[in-house]
Amino acid sequence: MKTISKYNEALYRYQQKITNAAVEDMVLNMGPQHPSTHGVLRLELITDGEIVKEVIPHIGYLHRCFEKHAESLTYQQTIPFTDRMDYLASMNNSHAWVMGVEKMLGIDKDIPKRIEYIRVLVCELNRIASHLIAIGTYGIDIGAFTPFLWCFRDREHIMGMLEWASGSRMLYNYIWVGGLFYDLPVGFEERCREFVEYFKPKMVELNQLLTDNQIFISRTANVGVLPMDVAINYGCSGPVLRGSGLKYDLRRIDNYSVYPELEFDIPVGKGEMGTLGDCWDRYKVRVDEIEQSLRMVEQCLDRLQKELKRTPDFDPRAKLPRKLTPKAQDYYARCEGAKGELGFYFVHDNERSEIPFRAKARGPSYNNLSVLPELGKNVMIADLVAIIGSLDFVLGEVDR
Amino acid sequence: MSFDDIKLLLTQKFGEDVITGEERTGMQPALLINPDYIVEVCMELRNNPKTYFDFLSCLTGMDYGVEAGRFGVVYHLSSIPYHLQLTLKISRENDRSEDNLPSFPSVSSVYRTADWHEREAYDLIGIFFEGHPDLRRILLPDDWEGYPLRKDYKTAEYYKGIKID
Repeated sequence: MKTISKYNEALYRYQQKITNAAVEDMVLNMGPQHPSTHGVLRLELITDGEIVKEVIPHIGYLHRCFEKHAESLTYQQTIPFTDRMDYLASMNNSHAWVMGVEKMLGIDKDIPKRIEYIRVLVCELNRIASHLIAIGTYGIDIGAFTPFLWCFRDREHIMGMLEWASGSRMLYNYIWVGGLFYDLPVGFEERCREFVEYFKPKMVELNQLLTDNQIFISRTANVGVLPMDVAINYGCSGPVLRGSGLKYDLRRIDNYSVYPELEFDIPVGKGEMGTLGDCWDRYKVRVDEIEQSLRMVEQCLDRLQKELKRTPDFDPRAKLPRKLTPKAQDYYARCEGAKGELGFYFVHDNERSEIPFRAKARGPSYNNLSVLPELGKNVMIADLVAIIGSLDFVLGEVDR
Repeated sequence: MSFDDIKLLLTQKFGEDVITGEERTGMQPALLINPDYIVEVCMELRNNPKTYFDFLSCLTGMDYGVEAGRFGVVYHLSSIPYHLQLTLKISRENDRSEDNLPSFPSVSSVYRTADWHEREAYDLIGIFFEGHPDLRRILLPDDWEGYPLRKDYKTAEYYKGIKID
């Protein structure tokens, strides 16, 4: 080992802690290949019997140098990389990135309404798909196998529709700066409406199967209670923050895109089954958000089939700027992704360049995961699995 | 509360030398803060009932390039009760050597979310945060050499004796 300086002192302290813990307690490695860690997350648990005394997360197994890539590619070329951050809700990622770039270029007001509505439509569909995964895999973490299959069955419809629109199942590259890759395929709106009609009763079934299930409630209520002030201080956002009872949704606060024209409520946790901010509340917020997203999808379809109907001469690429050269500035763009506040911080220093000087991605999962050492203190190992599932992070976004 | 009110509030509380400048050209104006005061400034902005900047949206480590010879940190604060946003910037000159990392006070005692953000900035840019409880690398392995997001970073040719193609 190198000599201890102030730069590696923390590493040395950590190694000492693990060595000492291995004598008195047991050090358990959970992951990186453990199915309940939702990807390649490795948790080092210091345990005393069944009780977890401390959780030390180790991340970075899926680090793909997003920020380094963004510094050498143009804004348009980086869009496929943003898709790979939160790969369960790619549309939301590219929407955030594209809105930031459009704002910097000053063309955000010129985007045709039809394009904005299509963007919101696909984003909300993708949000439903992402929450379905969260709910389904949460069930399987706790031991309920059926909801997982049901959720994936329904998600498959969304995947099929988005594949139809963009040509890809998960990593779409569909939303472009100034427009879209293509217009929606003919018949998409009708197919989408069919899906909404099909899906509504399925949600009732899912609620009967999982949400009101007594075993599920016993496993999640009063477990992993996250008070609101702690959630805010840890930078939690999205369903995790709303599960703690705070009505905070950037779709309403920032009123970006066409969200001000849409009617929807913001579901928050109420502590119905136990304490406010427990795992069940976070789960329930996602279930309620699916219903709200369905409402938004219906409203988008209404507009897209009536006043914003497709016309033969409509070209979603008509407004694409020839050169993406914003003025020298820095700008922090944020929007509500499926997991929470998704932000991109752009620093642009050269007016003739199409490449950002620095681009930083603020992934909601990264901040939501950072609360885990706080929540995972003095809980049972089985409860820790319930807590991890309720935070619903995607490692692609944590590691970027 | 407007940008100027916040500026006034800070100068009244901490004196004139707390704010070293401001940037108003972009869409989001930024305050340049004296790095020595950043913890007190964040604490004041978080606790003052007129501002309540209780949410640290983003913390970015910055390398301003070899010619500039400066490193900095950018804080994006957001106030949930008042729906405000504020950008704070701190920066210092540095000679870019491995033994002398640019060093700033850690705000992880004010915002716990800064813990992981500062670890990321340390990991990728090589900014040292004084008073951070656990400043280890977070995304890269513990034995990684160099700081990849620095502008003068050279890609490693070997990792533990294995040639990288």
